[in-house]
Amino acid sequence: MRSIYLDNSATTAPCEQAVAAVLNSLTNTYANPSSLYSIGVEANRMMEQSRENIAKFLGCSAEEIFFTSGGTEANNIALQGAFYAGYRNGNKVVTTATEHPSVLNTLKELCRKHSAELVEITPDATGAVSKEKIFEAIDDKTFLVSIMLVNNEVGAINPVAQARTAIARKNSPALLHSDCVQAFGKLKFSPKTLGVDLLTVSGHKVHGPKGVGALYVKKGVRLSPTVFGGGQEKGIRPGTQATAFIDGFSAAVSALRDENTDVERICELRDYAVEKLSALDDVFINSSPDALPYILNISVLGYRSEVMLRFLSGRGVFVSSGSACSKGKRSYVLTSMGVSPARIDSALRISFSRYSQKSDIDALVEGIAQGQANLLKSK
Amino acid sequence: MREVILIKNGELALKGMNRASFEDVLIKNIKRKLKDLGNIKVIKAQSTIAIEPCDDTFDMNEAAERMACVFGIVGFSRAAVAKKDMADIMSTAVTYLEDELRCARTFKVEAKRSDKSFPLKSPEICRETGAYILENYPHLTVDVKNPDVLVTVEVRDINAYVRGSQQKGAGGMPVGTGGRGAILISGGIDSPVAAWMMAKRGLELVAIHFSAPPYTSEQAEDKVMTLLKKVARYSGRIPTFVVNFTKAQQDIMNCCAEEYFTIIMRRMMMKTAERLAAKEDCQAIVTGESLGQVASQTIYALGCTDAATSLPVFRPCIGMDKDEIVRISRNIDTFETSILPYEDCCTVFVPKHPKLRPTLEAVLEQEKNLDVEALVEQALADTHFRMIKAD
Repeated sequence: MRSIYLDNSATTAPCEQAVAAVLNSLTNTYANPSSLYSIGVEANRMMEQSRENIAKFLGCSAEEIFFTSGGTEANNIALQGAFYAGYRNGNKVVTTATEHPSVLNTLKELCRKHSAELVEITPDATGAVSKEKIFEAIDDKTFLVSIMLVNNEVGAINPVAQARTAIARKNSPALLHSDCVQAFGKLKFSPKTLGVDLLTVSGHKVHGPKGVGALYVKKGVRLSPTVFGGGQEKGIRPGTQATAFIDGFSAAVSALRDENTDVERICELRDYAVEKLSALDDVFINSSPDALPYILNISVLGYRSEVMLRFLSGRGVFVSSGSACSKGKRSYVLTSMGVSPARIDSALRISFSRYSQKSDIDALVEGIAQGQANLLKSK
Repeated sequence: MREVILIKNGELALKGMNRASFEDVLIKNIKRKLKDLGNIKVIKAQSTIAIEPCDDTFDMNEAAERMACVFGIVGFSRAAVAKKDMADIMSTAVTYLEDELRCARTFKVEAKRSDKSFPLKSPEICRETGAYILENYPHLTVDVKNPDVLVTVEVRDINAYVRGSQQKGAGGMPVGTGGRGAILISGGIDSPVAAWMMAKRGLELVAIHFSAPPYTSEQAEDKVMTLLKKVARYSGRIPTFVVNFTKAQQDIMNCCAEEYFTIIMRRMMMKTAERLAAKEDCQAIVTGESLGQVASQTIYALGCTDAATSLPVFRPCIGMDKDEIVRISRNIDTFETSILPYEDCCTVFVPKHPKLRPTLEAVLEQEKNLDVEALVEQALADTHFRMIKAD
């Protein structure tokens, strides 16, 4: 049975180039990049090349890139570091209600511990927060703002740059962070165009290995260190760097440049999926047409997400119920968008990659139709 | 210094003529439990079993920990072997229990002399050993009522043993002396506890789990296997059957009145279990039901369920409160696994208003809408076997 992988927002299949780079590093340049002898220096050179390569792709300088173990750690280092660096300058943190748990839970905990006010901007029905609400929420007491560029459950794109405007106009001392894990490699942006001070990306969402991510820290921005150790990554993320994964990440980024990453093709795929799915009874599209085309959230009314997911899994079609990180709980993203409980309970997230094909969608649609014919409806 | 584990098998001593065979089963279970740790020698005498490792690499700490999980053992302790000679007994006591004695403030010596030819009587053994310990550890004082360390000297047929305090064993009867039973295990809190309780009474376990993919998940099945592994620490390996119940459940949902879903499902499970039990030479079915806990566990519902099988159904949790069941599940370390939030086949298809007082006539009337025999056959045909062993 051919497996049809349509859960690319959870993780992606590593590309050949990434696998080769990881293997090469593990086999040939395995030395500690902090070691002073020749093979250590060589490992360090490779890592610095990777840093350069990723920085270039992102549109920043290499010294602004800090390697982490992934998106969650990058978000934690950025938010905790910015919080402790800035919380004497204000008492308010602004974010959105649809952030990834690694942002939302970090901010909730920090604000609870230090009695700061946390404003969670609610999205509109598309899942995006409006420019007006962002502008309204930020004031001169706001010392930290974190707004994700693309939401992981519905693909909604937030007007992050608006936060920069608000910060400037309202004379706020805030640092601006954006979780760009889902946007990276799929949407054109740079730290400059977004106006952010801090930005998170991850390797395994762009066909790189799991266990590596990067944090962009704008030159001149100071973070309070929250992890302590031997001073690697300029003390922001100490610990021996995962050189193999870093090289794999870099190779995956290079492949993004070289391979067919045409957004228009993904748009066509998405539109094809919407058309086919809409033709089925009781299927609703939860993602907005303006959303990133890589993510399509739907509901198959009457069939609990997990049951339909497992039915599809039995046919070799892999999709997700909500996001892979929050099993068993009703999606707070869809809830905040005002989606009805019946639709939330039957929501599925379909997410594409450059490897996705039209035939994958045909198999998905056929699978859902079969599910509707064979499964018992929940009451 | 030679070290052994001394095992007391309380209740077994009461079994009169059968005692030897019960003891043999216990020794077999102990041997199996320690097999991977190395070779051992087993000596039995007067309701005590002594286990002596044959080589130095044998992990006594691990062995002692495992003994706490063997049913049929009321208490056990690690002990040093001494010659049947007072000088050797006393010096052994002083060196073997050094760590314990150095940390204690008070101690007491007890002696058991089953070899009546030993020249000193028990009180004399105590006195001499006590004096010698005091000489070597002058910071200690004797406390006969509540000592920090209780030093026991046992003088037996071949050897003398010196030991510190005894650990409590799991109690019960050796697994295998109570026959064989099939436990219906769902993944909740109660069924692993029921399994453990019956294994404690010597029942050898076979497990049956009903899954209903895609309504139930692979994680739910993995969870059951984790639970069984934890029970297997006590019961020994558990032959396990995973029965695909999807078709049966769907047919019940489609053909029967909603209020009877659960009761009919339970009856079908019993019928399926009975067939597997016959194949596996089981003499009983075991469930985790507790009277009145849920609608399918009212006395009327249990009556209808029992009518589906001619085998005796053991329900060791029947008279227990939930918190009592939870306490046992915490003790046997199944609780944390049981509360993982994966749906099992008993929770997926729950009627809104189940019948609390079903009558067998009404249930049988409902079952006429189903081809029960064919569904049971089909479920049996789609059954997978796994042998579950403790980690």
